[in-house]
Amino acid sequence: MKRRAMRAATPAETEGSAGAQIQVTDLKKHFRVQPRAAGLRASFKALFTRAQETVRAVDGVTFSIEAGERVGFLGPNGAGKTTTLKMLSGLLHPTSGTVRVGGHIPQRREAALLDQIMLVMGQKQQLVWDLPPSDTFLLNRAIYQVPRPQFADTVAELTELLDLGDLVNKPTRELSLGERMKCEFVAALIHRPKVLFMDEPTIGLDVSTKVKVRDFIRDYNERYGATLMLTSHYMDDVAALCPRVIVIDKGQLSYDGSLEALIKKVRPEKRLTLTLQREVDDDALAAIGHIVERTEGQVIFRVAQDALAEAVSLALSTLDVSDFTVEAAPLEEVMSELFSNAKRRAEADEEPG
Amino acid sequence: MRTLRTLPALFRLSMAKAMAYRGELIVWMLTSTMPLIMLPLWHAVAEQAPLAGFSQSRFTAYFLAGFVIRQMVGNWASWTINSEVRTGALNRRLLRPIHPMWAYATESLASIPVRSLLALPVAVLALALTQAGHLARHPLLWVMAPLAILGAWAIGFFAHVAIGALSLWMHQSIKVVEVWSAGFFIFSGYLVPVALFPSWLRSTPDWLPFQYQHGFPIDLVTGALSVEQAAHALGAQWLWVAILASLAMLLWGRGIKRYGAYGG
Repeated sequence: MKRRAMRAATPAETEGSAGAQIQVTDLKKHFRVQPRAAGLRASFKALFTRAQETVRAVDGVTFSIEAGERVGFLGPNGAGKTTTLKMLSGLLHPTSGTVRVGGHIPQRREAALLDQIMLVMGQKQQLVWDLPPSDTFLLNRAIYQVPRPQFADTVAELTELLDLGDLVNKPTRELSLGERMKCEFVAALIHRPKVLFMDEPTIGLDVSTKVKVRDFIRDYNERYGATLMLTSHYMDDVAALCPRVIVIDKGQLSYDGSLEALIKKVRPEKRLTLTLQREVDDDALAAIGHIVERTEGQVIFRVAQDALAEAVSLALSTLDVSDFTVEAAPLEEVMSELFSNAKRRAEADEEPG
Repeated sequence: MRTLRTLPALFRLSMAKAMAYRGELIVWMLTSTMPLIMLPLWHAVAEQAPLAGFSQSRFTAYFLAGFVIRQMVGNWASWTINSEVRTGALNRRLLRPIHPMWAYATESLASIPVRSLLALPVAVLALALTQAGHLARHPLLWVMAPLAILGAWAIGFFAHVAIGALSLWMHQSIKVVEVWSAGFFIFSGYLVPVALFPSWLRSTPDWLPFQYQHGFPIDLVTGALSVEQAAHALGAQWLWVAILASLAMLLWGRGIKRYGAYGG
């Protein structure tokens, strides 16, 4: 049974999607797999009879993205995010449905499309392990036919933005994970792609490198008007980069709209944090709102939007408050709640009767 | 046009990789020293009298030329493709606007200069030991020689690409290489010159690609063939190149639609 997606109107939909940079319609990718239990007995049995199962990795996804948009592509593990990105970049052939990227059908792998796109995968690299990244840059210059002056400008600009310096001349194996990832970005962007698919680009990076990479991605998008589609399990990446999010779960689209609207929809309550100068009993606190967390000197409440002014006023008048903050629920919580709601719905759908 | 402009850069990167992995290459070269092992055996057999026209010095020329040619035409693309299909490393090649086959080809060809470091002294040794007595004399044969060596390389390369492309259907396609290698060892003249085959078996290699990978270029450069014989064999060799190239492209084109792009 198909679940109905929560939707908010996107710019693409309100203005029509005839000129969309990425257009996906009823896209499906089903894999045939041969599951087998562990152990010798199962191995022996598999010699004679092989059970086949169909995994619906992507199961009827439709969306469109305008040129220059930054879109977060979210979902729990195994939701079909990476499979979709691989179809959009032409690595995988869809089982059915249509995909157009920059007007091209990706699985045809036409040079005119491959010149315009790049897929950056945090766990896969195009740099040659035992050679310096600069060798891969030169190869990409030749492959993408980048004029020498543009190549020199782009490499200089990217290495400066990413603080790479002479690291590009050290063998890749001698670089740290963060340094390698930054070099991956340079290699991926030498031809200034107009469409960037990024699959977990900040995975394994330390906090400061993550921030640097995020700033860099936003800067690239703004400078070249590139379209960006990003998957990440780090909600900070999504919050910092993507005004719009598309959520898929079990291969189906479950939300497409602004990040702000998603947060309001899933978790309409605000988060009120009070810093108290002295301890207060639970009864006095319960009148303010639902307590989410209480530590020494600090209490975090969940309060409905329309009750917020009253709750703050009550707290300030009845408690010894030294500081308070009001903010939306953290995106991590929102996504966790969204995915667990989806799981509950799916389980309810599967129940007989 | 793009491909032609890209090839020098691909070649340079592949050369740099070959230099970086020179240790591995030298070990690989040591696994292809069978002609140097066969040489003393056949040399001893021909001690009393020539065998089917093979004197001791001709055996020396044959097996030393065989070693040099083997170094120049060796291929391993099937292992690379098999590994890249199973691990998803092929993704990076597919994202680039140039057919991955060009990259595999340049990686194979770019190792020749490194391999020549060992092959060239052997070639000089062969010339010294045989006093250049078994070199082809006719200039046309030397015009054909580079084409024959390139054809020998191309047969192996396209066979490896075809076997590698089978990885898109079966995980252990690499086992098919062993079947190909068995055919090569028996019918190419690698261990036994085809001229020494028993009469009932002698025409069989003519119908198979293997001798065009090895025995034919050796016979050409060691002067065992007339210009007419060499031209005929060269035609047959390039027919095999065309057949195997078509098969490789067909398997690749069909198989890539099944590619799972694993990883990530």
